[in-house]
Amino acid sequence: MVGYARVLEAESVEVVPVEGKIRTRMGDGALVEMTTAEIRADLEEGTQAGAKRSKNPELSQDELDHLFDIFASNNRVTGVDIGDEAILSYDGCGSQDMGTRLNDLQVYEQILCADSLELYNHDYSYKPCKPLVPYEQAIMRQCQLLLTAPCGYGAMSDLGRYTVPDGPVTNWSQLLPLGKIDEAREAQEEAVELASEDMVFVADGMVEAGIDHIDFDTAGAAGDADFLATLKAIEKIRARHPDLGIQIGMAGEFVLGMHGELEYDGVRLAGMWPLQQMQAAVKAGVTIFGPAVNVNTGKSTAWNTARVITICKPCCEQSTVPVHLNAGMGVGAVPMHILPPGDATTRASRAAVELMRLDGL
Amino acid sequence: MGGIRTAGDLVARMQFTRGMRLTEAKQYVADKLGVTVLDLSDPVAMLDVRKEKGIGAMYESEITSTDDPIALEAKFNIAALLDIPINCVELFKEKVSRGGTKL
Repeated sequence: MVGYARVLEAESVEVVPVEGKIRTRMGDGALVEMTTAEIRADLEEGTQAGAKRSKNPELSQDELDHLFDIFASNNRVTGVDIGDEAILSYDGCGSQDMGTRLNDLQVYEQILCADSLELYNHDYSYKPCKPLVPYEQAIMRQCQLLLTAPCGYGAMSDLGRYTVPDGPVTNWSQLLPLGKIDEAREAQEEAVELASEDMVFVADGMVEAGIDHIDFDTAGAAGDADFLATLKAIEKIRARHPDLGIQIGMAGEFVLGMHGELEYDGVRLAGMWPLQQMQAAVKAGVTIFGPAVNVNTGKSTAWNTARVITICKPCCEQSTVPVHLNAGMGVGAVPMHILPPGDATTRASRAAVELMRLDGL
Repeated sequence: MGGIRTAGDLVARMQFTRGMRLTEAKQYVADKLGVTVLDLSDPVAMLDVRKEKGIGAMYESEITSTDDPIALEAKFNIAALLDIPINCVELFKEKVSRGGTKL
């Protein structure tokens, strides 16, 4: 938007162009004003940053122009065209602070019109869920009687829970700074087996209770061993339950090499980007893959969105299963704030769906 | 996509259960329902379709009546319509058959 100001001075009249300001957000959620030129520059820098890190191609000029149209607007919210809607899945539905957990899911289904639902335990990790399986089953049975939308169960792989003092395994994060690399690797390998077993146990129990799908959130949060534990669990679960929906959501844009030498199906896990992460997850047996790209809180939402799309686009183009981009606090270009603002969330979501052939969020 | 207000739950089921990508899942559901892909996200069109096929809608009393299947009732019809197994439906059939009930 461009306006003009007339400056009157003595006997002269001067007309100067003044660029309008667009209200937009930073990665930490702060509301700022940027000129259209600044937004364009951020989009270009964002895609360059994403391409440099991931070695993927930068977005084309048409794609950048499309993003500019989305972000150079003061509209409160935005959305895709009618007919182009995608599916929403969740890492847990509801706050569990009002009514029962079943009420939470009913609110999501009946009032928020969620496409899918996910029952979860407040301590959202598979290790603490394991001893609670009978109680989770009891709730899930009621949920399945009273809900229509597909309802699953989810938690995080959370390999760190298996380390001292929360678990039996020596803490590799303490071994590594001491230079005890072999010991740190052995500890992670031990934790992989324990975690994988627990995830399979919980999945088996929840299938008995009637779930439509199981969700493994933030896979890879503790690095390549965490990702491997999840993949091994998925493989076993797929073999036992051929029709079960299995969703995986990653923790970050690339897999940290905390171990460094772990492989799945002959491919090293450390350093994997979304395309390779998806390929490994599909081999294990997922039906939905969710890449995650972390937000840079010091950059604008436009910058972050361009970066996300650059990093994830090849994954979406080549995937043989639905891709549900993780889009929430601090991932998928949604600002890192406990109350992600709707203006930023809808812009980032619309951009991702329209430019990436995304199946959902 | 709008959940049970539209056909979002049905398209989601095809993603979760069969790993269908969005375009394929939408076309599959549209074909099974006998509607267009554009109808799938139209709550006005879909309410009539959902009530006619007994696949559930919002169970607020002004939207569905006691004659309209909801929740587990609806999921029986969804499983048959989409030709997919729904876990809780299969479990329900197995459990009620223990008493001799034939479904």
